[in-house]
Amino acid sequence: MSKITITIDGKEVETQAGEYVLNAARANNIFIPAICYLTRCSPTLACRICLVEADGKQVYACNAKAKEGMNIVTTTENIEKERRAIMEVYDVNHPLQCGVCDQSGECELQNYTLEMGVDSQHYAIKDVPRPAKDWDHLHYDPGLCIVCERCVTACKDMIGDTSLKTVPRGSDPLDPQYKESMPKDAYAMWNKLNKSIIGLTSGGDMLDCTKCGECAAVCPVGALVDTHYIYTTNAWECEQIPATCGHCSAGCQIYYDVKHTSIESDEPKIYRVTNEWNYVSLCGAGRYGFDYQNKVEGKDEEAFSKAVEAFKKADTISFTSTITNEEALILQRLKEKYGYKLINEEARSFQKFLKDYSEISGQSLWGSDLEEVHHSDFVVSVGMAIKSDNPNARYALNNSMKMNKGAGLYFHPVKDPVIEGLGKNIVSIYHKPLQEEAVLYLLLDLFGDKEKLPKEIVEYLASFHSKVMETKKEVVKKKVTETVKVKKVDEESGEEIEVEEEKTKMVNETIEKEVEVDKNALFDIVGVPAKFSETLEKLLKKKEKFALMVGPDFYTHPNSKNLARLTALIEKYSPFKLVIVPPLTNSLGVALINELDEEKGSFTIGYNTKGDFTLSALGDGDLDMPAINQQEGTLTSVNKRVNPTNQAVPYRGYELNDIANALGLEAELTVDYTKELPVEKGFESKDFDELPNYWENDGTEVRGYVLNNMTVESKGDESVKPFGEETLEGQLIYLANPVRQFTPFTHKTTNLDEKSGLYISEEYLQKSDFNEGDSVRITTDSGELTTTVVCDNKIAGDIFVLPTFDKNLNSEALFSGYRFNRASIEKV
Amino acid sequence: MSNTEMFKDRNISEDYFLLDIEDYPTTPWEKFKRVVKRSFKGELFVGLWVVLREMIKFDIHTIQYPEEKLPIGPRYRAVHEMKRLWESGTERCIGCGLCEKICISNCIRMETRYDENQRKEVGEYSINLGRCIFCGYCAEVCPELAITHGGEYENASEQREHFILYEDMLTPIDDVLNKKQREFQGFGAITPHEDERLKKTPLAY
Ligand code: SF4
Ligand code: SF4
Ligand code: SF4
Ligand code: SF4
Ligand code: SF4
Ligand code: FES
Repeated sequence: MSKITITIDGKEVETQAGEYVLNAARANNIFIPAICYLTRCSPTLACRICLVEADGKQVYACNAKAKEGMNIVTTTENIEKERRAIMEVYDVNHPLQCGVCDQSGECELQNYTLEMGVDSQHYAIKDVPRPAKDWDHLHYDPGLCIVCERCVTACKDMIGDTSLKTVPRGSDPLDPQYKESMPKDAYAMWNKLNKSIIGLTSGGDMLDCTKCGECAAVCPVGALVDTHYIYTTNAWECEQIPATCGHCSAGCQIYYDVKHTSIESDEPKIYRVTNEWNYVSLCGAGRYGFDYQNKVEGKDEEAFSKAVEAFKKADTISFTSTITNEEALILQRLKEKYGYKLINEEARSFQKFLKDYSEISGQSLWGSDLEEVHHSDFVVSVGMAIKSDNPNARYALNNSMKMNKGAGLYFHPVKDPVIEGLGKNIVSIYHKPLQEEAVLYLLLDLFGDKEKLPKEIVEYLASFHSKVMETKKEVVKKKVTETVKVKKVDEESGEEIEVEEEKTKMVNETIEKEVEVDKNALFDIVGVPAKFSETLEKLLKKKEKFALMVGPDFYTHPNSKNLARLTALIEKYSPFKLVIVPPLTNSLGVALINELDEEKGSFTIGYNTKGDFTLSALGDGDLDMPAINQQEGTLTSVNKRVNPTNQAVPYRGYELNDIANALGLEAELTVDYTKELPVEKGFESKDFDELPNYWENDGTEVRGYVLNNMTVESKGDESVKPFGEETLEGQLIYLANPVRQFTPFTHKTTNLDEKSGLYISEEYLQKSDFNEGDSVRITTDSGELTTTVVCDNKIAGDIFVLPTFDKNLNSEALFSGYRFNRASIEKV
Repeated sequence: MSNTEMFKDRNISEDYFLLDIEDYPTTPWEKFKRVVKRSFKGELFVGLWVVLREMIKFDIHTIQYPEEKLPIGPRYRAVHEMKRLWESGTERCIGCGLCEKICISNCIRMETRYDENQRKEVGEYSINLGRCIFCGYCAEVCPELAITHGGEYENASEQREHFILYEDMLTPIDDVLNKKQREFQGFGAITPHEDERLKKTPLAY
């Protein structure tokens, strides 16, 4: 896109050709009123308040594209009249209940009513009953709704559930005299508004979605509110603590809204989580799973001295990736000083994957990020249950399709109705477990630059192709001439006579033809749907920006090394930009900072995981530790960003830093380590307090800093192994969480109520003799456990899913690394 | 600047005059002279004599507090009251939190919740009288004429933190039903010409 200059209210501003006028204005700090437009989503033209004059013609700023030399005037007398009338219309029958409204103080209706100086009302219509609805985690009050459709737009264009839509209001038509007397746009907007309110796409009574709460976040008024938040506090009473979500590797920006607990207690309490919804979209875990802090009354000196003793005795520290970079560095320093073995299997496999990837790519990290995926038009996801592994990757996939007329391929063994529901242009391909290499070979075959790819690979790929004769039905157009009798009125006599006329017409005729076609054996191996070549051809039309996301299934795959190398080859020799999705919150940080070991020693300190002596932020260990929402520090995200997070609720106990200090390291605060993060791994030597956490008006992310992608010496060996035929057959189980759950930390929160157990798809349950709530014993080659059946309509097919968020379930014990396994399941 | 020049632009009456105040003594000797002059001028004894005389005559002008109390003006700003609606007796406070926000000594705190009738309910409400400066802002901002000041000014306590709770302030239900509740007329009360200032909204019924 090229840079152009336009003039807004006499000020010359630079923008991209094709950018919406509204965005160009916002980027240059020029205010244009706008209600229904959501950055990163498509304009709906519901509010029409963004009227401006472009080269003398009235246009809507949110959908008028900037052209070189355009001259924009943001207010004229007529526009002012329109805006005032629009605001009056919004206030028609709007209850005067700001006093008890959860949106009060941050309500766009309040703001614009004041901004437009609406102090009298000229319009009226009879109201219709609009009862409030309880939609599980949301509360919808149509009485307050201004039908801006932002909720609908966010759910469709960003999240992808498309759970909301406009439904008929059942109102009387507008008084016809308004058509004459009202400003034109205001009338048109009212006419539309008067016909609808918001309802559920499913037509049912209960919202059944992935529960992100983004719709309530974008609602400009108090119509959609999080159920847990209703009437608990006024927005202005809360202090907003800028932070980073600690639940997954997306590292979303959030604010903890914090206020005292009650009239008696000054203890800060988190009332809700908010976000800069124009630039980041949260999932339900980030939005509703905020009260996972470890409440500790004071320093337990006895436990602390025991901990120090234990550290002196121990030779191993075992930990999870739900820790900050600074804590990871403390562990690394302890290792350097005392030779502890550091055990973190999930981060180690990821670290190894990155190393193998670097050997071919020559870079320490992947080249792209989710931001770029949002702007791509052909996105492929392989090796992850995308909606639960990294919700933001799913949003990027959906958003790219909706906004850029994009398309995509989703490769995964577990059927996913949510992904299928994103739209026809994202084709789901359910391959067999262990066949991920075949998928990557297929991508190389379809998209790789055969000129540049190593010769052996090209030959290997060619070996899957064969020429076969196929009978193809073809439709051809044929000219046929026939004589038909037509009735005509004789001009002279006026009588109807019959004449014969010759007519030629084109008819379609289906003929069968034997044609030689190229048969790609990889198609069958991967299990693509019928007519895949044709579908793909259609999907690929006019596509320019390609993105590939690979995920955690790869890292523990028995052939992860080969997968890493294939991934690197795709990035190198195809148009795909690559994102590698880290498995947990800070797996990337840990993988960069820590030297991880394979074998445990004899005495283990566990940090958020069981050890001979356990430090735990979950409150169940021998010594308490602060949870992420009680700490300052940084987290490294899938976007390769080092994001700062702040303390929302106090912590009064000991921290890892206190133990480190007792063991001879020296740092007053944990965040003293921020500037010491390893520069050779791509970190920057910056103080914690220097790290920003906001967005510019033009959408530029200014959060922390982006890791430097370091050059890694590659040996020039680009060989990859052919893929094996081995797959898993029989009853399969998969290690993944339901949406909104990630770790025992999300499990601990009040609002996230997902049940633990064996997740079986609704579809499967209907045809099997398992029922929800049944107690079952699951046995695999690695172990066995007993749990209950949970019915899940967000997965489909025959593969059962076992979550990791419940530490009592200990589901990992059934797997030997790879996320799929064969299992026998019986009712007990 | 002449003596009254600074007041020129003020809308003051003609009767204002400046007191003739002696210059302050500067040297220790002058100060000493002033003390002696004031002490022995005899005014002290004049005062004592008046007191003695009135005591003997039993002509007492002061209020016999606490037996006697002066009536308090309807606009006096003492300890707060929470009013109820006249007709139904329901509490007027809707829990909007404006009083909490506007309070400049930050002494109002409240807890609200979503109740069974899908309404906002005020669970707890407190004013820390140890900090309240009785400025009347809360009464002025209250959209419901719920919180007002009252005439109760006797609030001695052993503790500065002594605070009052919702129940302490709320008009007893019997009072309102027996029409004994009194509207506050001070800060935040409805002004006499309120009706004229209203703009009417058209209705389509
Ligand atoms: S939605 Fe806005 S204008 Fe309407 S009652 Fe709530 S705060 Fe007031
Ligand atoms: S619920 Fe909120 S976001 Fe949705 S249409 Fe109504 S006002 Fe707009
Ligand atoms: S919570 Fe999320 S998924 Fe559910 S309706 Fe709202 S936006 Fe859509
Ligand atoms: S869990 Fe992940 S996707 Fe969800 S809000 Fe947190 S960081 Fe974002
Ligand atoms: S301002 Fe009035 S209505 Fe609002 S919370 Fe205070 S007392 Fe209640
Ligand atoms: S913001 Fe442009 S029409 Fe609503």
